[in-house]
Amino acid sequence: MAHSVIVYGTASCPYCIRLKQFLAAKNVPYTLKEVDRDRTAFAEMKARSGQLSVPVVDIDGTLLVGFDPAALTRALGLE
Amino acid sequence: MMWDLLIVGAGPAGITAAIYAARKRLHTVVVSRDIGGQAAASWDVENYTGYQMITGPELAAKFKEHLEKFGLPVHEGETVMRVATDGSGFLVQTERGEYRARTVIVASGRTPRRLGVPGEEEFRNRGVTWCATCDGPLFAGQRVAVVGGGNAGFDAALQLLKIASSVTVIDVAERLRADPVMVEKARAGGAELLFPATVKRIIGDQFVTGIEVVTADGLRTLPVEGVFVEIGSTAVSDFVEKAARNAAGELLVNPRCETDVPGLFAAGDVTDVFSKQIVVACGEGAKAAIAAAEYVGRLS
Repeated sequence: MAHSVIVYGTASCPYCIRLKQFLAAKNVPYTLKEVDRDRTAFAEMKARSGQLSVPVVDIDGTLLVGFDPAALTRALGLE
Repeated sequence: MMWDLLIVGAGPAGITAAIYAARKRLHTVVVSRDIGGQAAASWDVENYTGYQMITGPELAAKFKEHLEKFGLPVHEGETVMRVATDGSGFLVQTERGEYRARTVIVASGRTPRRLGVPGEEEFRNRGVTWCATCDGPLFAGQRVAVVGGGNAGFDAALQLLKIASSVTVIDVAERLRADPVMVEKARAGGAELLFPATVKRIIGDQFVTGIEVVTADGLRTLPVEGVFVEIGSTAVSDFVEKAARNAAGELLVNPRCETDVPGLFAAGDVTDVFSKQIVVACGEGAKAAIAAAEYVGRLS
């Protein structure tokens, strides 16, 4: 099943880069919202997640904070 | 199934150990929470031989690509909970299952040290962060404090000076440990340096609103929106049941990367080896795999 995936990240964040590499390696398409350049996206991330940390990833409406390969694997049903 | 070698961790030490083990034709599995370890979270790496400059994620991707060439099983996203001796080998328990192996190389690296003050966990990722490179841009135009007066603290401060409205560096020591060139740059850039000063508490509501510090003049509350903790790191070794370690929790190894438990090797930043550098960790990983291969050879 195709998942709806949104990545909130910054250009310089190494864990955001690892997250994007992970999704690309698993052939998971995603929408990228760069919160350091897009203040609307930043406000959206802050309001939705209650977090001031990146990356935040939205998988079908469920939010995960940080780059956690195990949690991503489970949430994307890749096991 | 009995593996010849199980490698815990896939940072520079673990990946290099795996490459050497594969070339030695050891029946090897790698189990790791992530690929690249702390190196993947580094920004500009300018001292890895062969690259004048490469980012941490790019270097980690290169390591991964090299490892994949050998086709070893790499169980990413799996955290090792326990390594214990089991007859003539080892039992390794993870959150998902168990493995048995003749030898183990522990290359689990380090994790950022916590301040251990009230408010730190409560406001984790809500103003308190351990990664200026990651979260720094979120504090554009805001007031921030950096706790830690070593090179990592001043590196964070210099990054933050470009975007934050104010930067205060706080350190508990009488003298700052950072290279004077970094301290001078931060001072020239407008950073306030507060030392010796002890952080007492981080305060806030939904997000951080301030940090309380005790100085020679008494208690001060600094109004800040961000607190960046840069006070070093600790070895991730608590899951290893036996094996001698030092007061810092680092596994004690000899020049062959052997611990005091036969068949249990360790490499990289989790050990007491001098200098925690990517290139050093790679070398240690290579040594550990060569020594483990010799050990397996003696068993059979």
